Amino acid sequence: MAQLEVDLVAADRKVWSGTAKQVSAPAAEGEIGILAGHSPLLSALRAGRVSITAADGSAITAGISGGFLSVDEDAVTIVVDSADLDVSIGSASR
Amino acid sequence: MAGNQRVYKARIKSTQSLKKMFRAQELIAASRIGKARARVTASEPYAKAITRAVSAVATHSDVSHPLTSERPDVPRVAVLLIASDRGMAGAYSASAIREAERLVERLQAEGKAVDLYVSGRRAVAYYQFRGREVVRSWTGQSDAPRPEVAEDIADTLLEAFLAETDERRVGELHVVYTQFVNMVTQRPRVIRMLPLEIVDGVTPAGETSAALPLYDFEPSPEAVLDALLPRYVRSRIYSCLLQAAASELASRQRAMHTATDNAEDLIRMYTRLANQARQGEITQEISEIVSGADALAAS
Repeated sequence: MAQLEVDLVAADRKVWSGTAKQVSAPAAEGEIGILAGHSPLLSALRAGRVSITAADGSAITAGISGGFLSVDEDAVTIVVDSADLDVSIGSASR
Repeated sequence: MAGNQRVYKARIKSTQSLKKMFRAQELIAASRIGKARARVTASEPYAKAITRAVSAVATHSDVSHPLTSERPDVPRVAVLLIASDRGMAGAYSASAIREAERLVERLQAEGKAVDLYVSGRRAVAYYQFRGREVVRSWTGQSDAPRPEVAEDIADTLLEAFLAETDERRVGELHVVYTQFVNMVTQRPRVIRMLPLEIVDGVTPAGETSAALPLYDFEPSPEAVLDALLPRYVRSRIYSCLLQAAASELASRQRAMHTATDNAEDLIRMYTRLANQARQGEITQEISEIVSGADALAAS
């Protein structure tokens, strides 16, 4: 199964990057979920929680304070003003 | 003669303690510059992602946003000057200020009123001393700027740019900062930040050479642009601040290195003079003794 290349970047650093199965984020008009093969998308994000299901099955969630998200040929870039990463269920690959 | 010797000794001592200070400043700057450069690198993914997104919107929709439209009717422009909080960095602050002054003169010759926004205590002091008005200033973070400060600066300036009727409303924003080329070269630069030039300004050659895919915009291209552009400005200002910080530290390291060398030269020179004075004193004493003995023998 195809996978997503995810980059979660904040203004001053790269918060998380790696491969993932699924990403969900608080888009301007409601939560969106992204799987591999999603059409190219640029979306504004509200403050909320981003959750990423990494390729190894671990879940990464991060609180964000608004930003935007772009999907482009299975490369997902989440650009946020600031992010608090909390890692649950196994450790994420950094 | 004995007086001379004492004077030289005192000078050697004070120069030595100065040298210690210069050396310490040099080492501090050297250790911080690595961090400053790492910060520049760390901010790059964000800047890149945002630039790419802005160009994507620009190429796929008719961009018409307040931040991108020229406003020649507004007679007031803003200049943001980024200098350092402390001296001991050679000509770093002075050349940034000079560049800003040149820009202000040019803008005034074009018949525009200039609003000054200033970061760094040195620049604030410069304008305060000359009794010139500074609209807003930020100090205390010039060698390690945090994103929150950049956000504050950007928000203030965007507010001034987007204001409807305020007398502080500005039609353009220029930024004067020092570009960090490498450890030896730092160049004062002027960029026109606002209004944004989406076509040439935003897309550096080569970076988006690959065709951008046709994006869907959620909720709409305008809304996405609304979210993007202020962040874009913020990221540009943050990167200017980071570059300026790295430049400041590099200038300081170099200036303090030169100062240490000069102090060493001075110490060497004073040591020679002190030795000469001591030798002269001994010679004089000997000749006094000899002539005294001669006078006794002759009597």
